[in-house]
Amino acid sequence: MRLFRSSFTFEIDASGKSAPWWTTLVSVALALVVSSFLILVSGADPGAVWVKMFQGAFGSWFGLTETLLKTIPLLLCGLGVAIAYKIAVWNIGAEGQLLAGAIAATGITIYFPHLPADVALPLMLVAGLAAGGVWGLLTALPKVFFQVNELITSLMLNYVAFLGLQFLVFGPWRDPKGLNFPGSPVFPPAETIPPLWDHSRLHWGLILALVLVGIYAVAVNMTRWGYEIRLIGANPEAALHAGIRIRRHILGVLFISGALAGLAGMMEVSGVTHRLMDSVSPGYGYTAIIVAWIARLNPLGLILSAFLFAGLIVGGFNVQTLGIPPSIASMIQGAILFFVIGSSLVGKIKIRRTTPGTGA
Amino acid sequence: MDWITQLLTAGLSAGTPLLFATLGGILIERSGVIQLGAEGLMLMGAVTAALVYLWTPNLVLTVAAVLVVGAVLGLLHAFLTVSLRANQIVSGLAMTLFGSGLSATLGQSVAGAPLVGSAPIVNLAFFDSLPVVGPVLAHLDIFTWLSFLLVVAMGLLFTRTVIGLRLKAVGDNPGTADVMGISVTFYRYACVMAGSALMALGGADLLLVYSPTWIQGMTAGRGWIAVALIIFSQWSPLRALIGTLFFGLLDTVGFRIQLAGSPVPPYFLKMIPYVVTILVLILVGWRSRHRPSSAPRALGLPYLREQRL
Repeated sequence: MRLFRSSFTFEIDASGKSAPWWTTLVSVALALVVSSFLILVSGADPGAVWVKMFQGAFGSWFGLTETLLKTIPLLLCGLGVAIAYKIAVWNIGAEGQLLAGAIAATGITIYFPHLPADVALPLMLVAGLAAGGVWGLLTALPKVFFQVNELITSLMLNYVAFLGLQFLVFGPWRDPKGLNFPGSPVFPPAETIPPLWDHSRLHWGLILALVLVGIYAVAVNMTRWGYEIRLIGANPEAALHAGIRIRRHILGVLFISGALAGLAGMMEVSGVTHRLMDSVSPGYGYTAIIVAWIARLNPLGLILSAFLFAGLIVGGFNVQTLGIPPSIASMIQGAILFFVIGSSLVGKIKIRRTTPGTGA
Repeated sequence: MDWITQLLTAGLSAGTPLLFATLGGILIERSGVIQLGAEGLMLMGAVTAALVYLWTPNLVLTVAAVLVVGAVLGLLHAFLTVSLRANQIVSGLAMTLFGSGLSATLGQSVAGAPLVGSAPIVNLAFFDSLPVVGPVLAHLDIFTWLSFLLVVAMGLLFTRTVIGLRLKAVGDNPGTADVMGISVTFYRYACVMAGSALMALGGADLLLVYSPTWIQGMTAGRGWIAVALIIFSQWSPLRALIGTLFFGLLDTVGFRIQLAGSPVPPYFLKMIPYVVTILVLILVGWRSRHRPSSAPRALGLPYLREQRL
């Protein structure tokens, strides 16, 4: 005997619409539940961890400005990563591109220490952009000419950039007055980005980053260039037959993608640390991948997710007092990403009612 | 032992973790799925080995736990990519991030604790009489022999067994395989789980044999080098052995030069494996520019019966 008059079937319809926006929130919440369980397993109290994280990131004026401060590199790297994904190139080398930018900007302060601010800062900006862009090209060139998988190249270059950074701060650029501290000398005031207001660490880079998000939105959605890169990303075959120069576009996009990350690196040394250190980035480039993916490459979404993940990093540092490594933040990031990609299928699942006798 | 023997021994022990991970990757990709989570899986394998071995120094139990952890994480990847047809690249990246974060969190209690006498050496005295390679083969640890065995087993699987042919059919043309009555879902789940377990075993080998102390992020990009080696080996287990030995030697040579007090800063020596990875892939790409790729033809494409290709 049947218990129900009708039954339901689940079907996956690959042509279905993309998942509604709230599924992202649900998956973040589910990821936090799973993370709580893992925190419990590792021997800590999840409740205390979440409270501590939230307080650290958003619970005070200082915490909030710190979170905004970390939003800057995440937003810039996320923007760079997003623009590469638009053309279907998997740039996971934002970390290395950021470091290249930081190194180049520091090079200006080391070799030209007495420039006035209105020359030094633009010069450092250009150096950061160019170095990051060139580092991005190092990934694009093998891809375009030798079909080398960009995932591997860009990741290998992260390690190369980090080792180069270590060489500089432990070797030729080490501050002679730094008591063996692995860092360059502190930048002269003219070569630092001014704060948004007095006695704040938050600097003008935030405004520039937000402006760049606006430019991204317009360039990708409303220009011919944006249309062409979106077409290459969606259907390279069609783009090829339409006469679009795919190679040139990939090179250009990866230069821009790297340059944005390089800009983030320049801003970190010139706006935040005021010196080059081997710990200049706590993995901004890697987090940026998730920032871009969770935002589904949407400009507004990028701002939101960069802010949230900045909070996660700041909060992650705050839980160290509970004896938990700050790398817990990257575990949570991974968990969130798992749930978000799983949830993107929600829009494709159709629940269909089948009534007996109708043959359905 | 003369220096060639020493170098080969060191190169092998540096290359074996890569070999396990590369073989796992080949198995997964042959079934048509990309698994970029090798780095995270190796870290999870290493931390599991450290936790279990320091709790009870039983090698069989340790390896079993590592394989289970790898297979469970593989199940997650398979569920997302095969059943839910999620983007395989993103799922792999999530695996790497999740694995490195979780391993750091779990491994905090054992960080820096040394493991003593963990991998038994297989002494085969009759090899000693052979020139050059004899002394190397005579005193290898059990994991290295296991990896050799796997190379042979996988080579035979792909070329001499029905299961292997079906597996390759699933990776090359899942639609046809499905028509032939081969379960695409079953083969992909099985390969992803087994291959992920091998990747975790690679991490465990790194910890138990190569550097017997758990340190956060100790794989230092080896998982990604393994991903590159899959392409370098053109999805062939035997070439994977050659490739990993080559990278093991690179690792060792850099380290030796450093010990010998060379004027080159160690940072540049450490860059060698990463730079060579890129150069090798460029070479592979240049050599095969006029040839059809030997990659499984359905690699990275989810299979949906209603949209049979």
